[in-house]
Amino acid sequence: MTRYAMSIDLSACVGCSACSVACTMENDVPVGNHRLWIRNTTVGTFPNLTVEFRPEQCLHCENPPCVPVCPTGCCYVTDDGIVDIDEHQCIACGACIAACPYDARSMHPDGYVTKCNFCRHRLEEGKLPACVETCPTLCRSFGDLDDPNSAVSIAIREADRVDVLRPEQGTGPNLYYLNAPSSFGLTSNIWDVKHEEGAH
Amino acid sequence: MGMDRREFLKLSAASVGAATVAGQASAQSLLDRIPNPFAPMPPQWFDGDVETVYSYCENCFWKCGIEVKVAGGKVRKVDGYATNPKSRGMLCPRGQGAPTQTYDPDRLKRPLIRVEGTERGDGQYREASWDEALDYIAEKMFAIRDEHGPESVAWFGHGSGDKWFASYLPGAWGSPNAAKPSVSLCTGPRETASQYTFGRGISGHEQIDWSETNYIVLIGHHIGEDTHNTQLQDFALALKRGAKLVVADPRFSTAAAKANDWLPVKPGTDTALLLAWMHVLVTEELYDAAYVEQYTLGFDRLVEHVQPYTPEWAAEITEIPADTIRRIAREMAEHAPRAVIPVSRHVVWYGNDTQRNRALYLVNVLLGNYGKPGGYYFCDAPGVDAYPAPDLPLAPSSGGCGGSTTDVEADSPFRDSVDRGLFYGSATAVQEMIPPMLTGEPYPIKGLFSYGVNLFHSIPKVDYTKEALKQLDLYVAIDVLPMEHVMWADVILPEATYLERYDDLLLQSYKTPFIAGRFPAIEAMYDTKPGWWIAKELGEKLGLGEYFPWEDMEDYLDTRLRTIGSDLEELRQQGTIVRRGRPYFADYERFNRNPLGTPSGKIEIYSERFADAGFDPMPTYEPTEQPPAGSYRLLYGRSPVHTFARTHNNAVLMDQHGENEVWIATKEAERLGVANGDYVYLENDAGVREGPVKAAVTERIRHDCVYIVHGFGHKAPLMRLANGRGASDTALQSSYTLDPISGGAGLRNNFVRVVADAPNPNHPPIKDLVADRSPV
Repeated sequence: MTRYAMSIDLSACVGCSACSVACTMENDVPVGNHRLWIRNTTVGTFPNLTVEFRPEQCLHCENPPCVPVCPTGCCYVTDDGIVDIDEHQCIACGACIAACPYDARSMHPDGYVTKCNFCRHRLEEGKLPACVETCPTLCRSFGDLDDPNSAVSIAIREADRVDVLRPEQGTGPNLYYLNAPSSFGLTSNIWDVKHEEGAH
Repeated sequence: MGMDRREFLKLSAASVGAATVAGQASAQSLLDRIPNPFAPMPPQWFDGDVETVYSYCENCFWKCGIEVKVAGGKVRKVDGYATNPKSRGMLCPRGQGAPTQTYDPDRLKRPLIRVEGTERGDGQYREASWDEALDYIAEKMFAIRDEHGPESVAWFGHGSGDKWFASYLPGAWGSPNAAKPSVSLCTGPRETASQYTFGRGISGHEQIDWSETNYIVLIGHHIGEDTHNTQLQDFALALKRGAKLVVADPRFSTAAAKANDWLPVKPGTDTALLLAWMHVLVTEELYDAAYVEQYTLGFDRLVEHVQPYTPEWAAEITEIPADTIRRIAREMAEHAPRAVIPVSRHVVWYGNDTQRNRALYLVNVLLGNYGKPGGYYFCDAPGVDAYPAPDLPLAPSSGGCGGSTTDVEADSPFRDSVDRGLFYGSATAVQEMIPPMLTGEPYPIKGLFSYGVNLFHSIPKVDYTKEALKQLDLYVAIDVLPMEHVMWADVILPEATYLERYDDLLLQSYKTPFIAGRFPAIEAMYDTKPGWWIAKELGEKLGLGEYFPWEDMEDYLDTRLRTIGSDLEELRQQGTIVRRGRPYFADYERFNRNPLGTPSGKIEIYSERFADAGFDPMPTYEPTEQPPAGSYRLLYGRSPVHTFARTHNNAVLMDQHGENEVWIATKEAERLGVANGDYVYLENDAGVREGPVKAAVTERIRHDCVYIVHGFGHKAPLMRLANGRGASDTALQSSYTLDPISGGAGLRNNFVRVVADAPNPNHPPIKDLVADRSPV
């Protein structure tokens, strides 16, 4: 079985948004919607600082909370683990948007829900997702988690530290963050240090 | 994203409420939003035939090789081209988003002539044919030439077509007053310093051997924020390999976020830091003695020169502890020669910039890394002959990022450029071409061409520039968008975008030099024309047709390519032709050749030529002016999704970063009563006020400076996405400090006050502006 997953090495990411713009162009995402965006968080005080540039997108969860809430069945999981949407059948009720703990879904102006699907159309042609292909810091790896020799398996295995977003949700994300710059892990899991968002 | 969810909740709350209260209306509105389940979704662009056209990107000047994907007659996507050494199949956000500019409804669409009787800046235009517009220009140029001489027309250019408007046409016409902002407002000092130290330029694209280095020290470098594609790739790979990184910057930059050591150096004191590093390397005998012996001249003088520059001395000035300075110097030496201080790109900071860059090079020389793996490599442009045409009457004088150019020869019929003698270097300085428009000294400038140069977002003293423009007899702007300065021109010539045109060959100096071609992916939209066509047509109207003997660009490119045994069709199929480089001393020494071009054939640590000209033969530290009480030094930099002031009407890129923010240190903001996200004004001593601009209250910057990303704050109502968003750093640069050696305009001695309580401009989301923009 194929189990698609992605990893993002946060020690390399500079938050440049190449992935986000590539996603927009590839998938014709309307201005104002984002399937993929950057969260940039600073922790600490001058001059002892850590900045985390963290791209976020659909995590293609093992237990996706968005799927069971869909009244039409248009939210589904493919055999290779991609959480996708059949846009024909979407009635734009928005239940899945509310259910996703990661804000990964948004309403397309044409009246259906849209989000990252790992660029399925590219995978079918043997290409990598647009975000992975374009990244100038080479921080993204993609592939089959069941294949120990896939790029993503190797990247995760060789990482000093592996995190997922909001593990307490029990969603089982297939998007792994590697080598978080803070010794505390992802900044979203740190509460007792000074935080600031943005600044660019 | 948060916003989408909030919007949804608002929407769903409204529909639930409506469903119970006013069922009919809400059912209808819900139905409107449900697509017909039996109707097929419209096909995606990639479902049908997709054609690939090779080109190189124009959304910044890294010029990455790209594959342009065309479907249904429209460019839908660009991808990095794997064969191209400046892309390797990857692309930055600006490159990815660049096609959006081609389809921008705000584009310039046809030639325009300013309405008779209106003033420059009034923005009143009538449409004209190309023939009429070019005749109008030619007539005015002849009048200027008859009264003042051909030198009285100045030519500014930036972009792939600047060859035609800042080099070739001025050379054919006979004006040495051609200039590029990429010299005196960007890289001029580092090029001059390199020429006088190594006898070679830096070649436009920093020749840093990232892939071989183990220790990197960046000084005010904006890597990661400028997203120069392969440079960023190499940087990321070096860090992944375990290279150590030190970043000296008053700001905790993106690079600093990746560093092992951040040195929050006091702005304007970098040279002191560099001198102290030299002191440690020399006095502790950590320098590469064999390298110094073999390749350099004047080391014994340097030993004496750096004695006073102790780390303790530098610590007082830079506010970096002496122990740290000493430790970094020792670590560099431990990793040498695979330790490098890369020169950065925009180096016109404080006016003493040639000397600062000399100091930077000399630290590298002491580490023995210049011309060695892991340091600075050598690169040359691939040679392709020019199209056979008569020699230009005047050698082009605008220079380029790559280096300086020559003086007008003694027996030439032309006068020297208006800035000759104002500084030591020989490339023209764009900002020095403005005063002669007003003063007539040393002789008047009465005509101006601006090809892709944003006069009001690159040249300091904007109000002065506007006064100068009013004095001209002719001002022509060649551009893609109705930028503010464009709407001051007498004649506006709309250029086709990079996806719609041929350009000259890209002959790129690099570790692996290469030739890249630009091929049109679609026909030019509206009544727009490529730069080469405009130059040739105008040249013919000016009686300079003999210098433009080619039929068209296909003939021109094919003829040039045949001189290296290739042709246009081959390049069309391949996109990029890669050559082998000679990156290291060893590649030259094998053939008994010397890559150093200095008169001595050595790396000149001590510069006799500077001494003869009255400059310090070895770099010294000159204190920079400090901000008055209550003011902050204005620092500026780059956004990874924007280039200069060029990309701020690009819907996709503006959707990523739609206004700049002013970084203010948390403690200063508290004192000023400014909270994060508040709007403020920035105000300088000349009375210029910019904003409202959003405050980013942050720990990431020193207390004595503020920082904004360059290129925002457009005052161009016809650019409906860019107009009025954020603040312009250029507008606040009411003065500059001339580097007497290179002619560079030091821009970082400008100080601003932060004025709290500016009104929130309530900028609408970019998506709302896009929806409201009907094509004009």
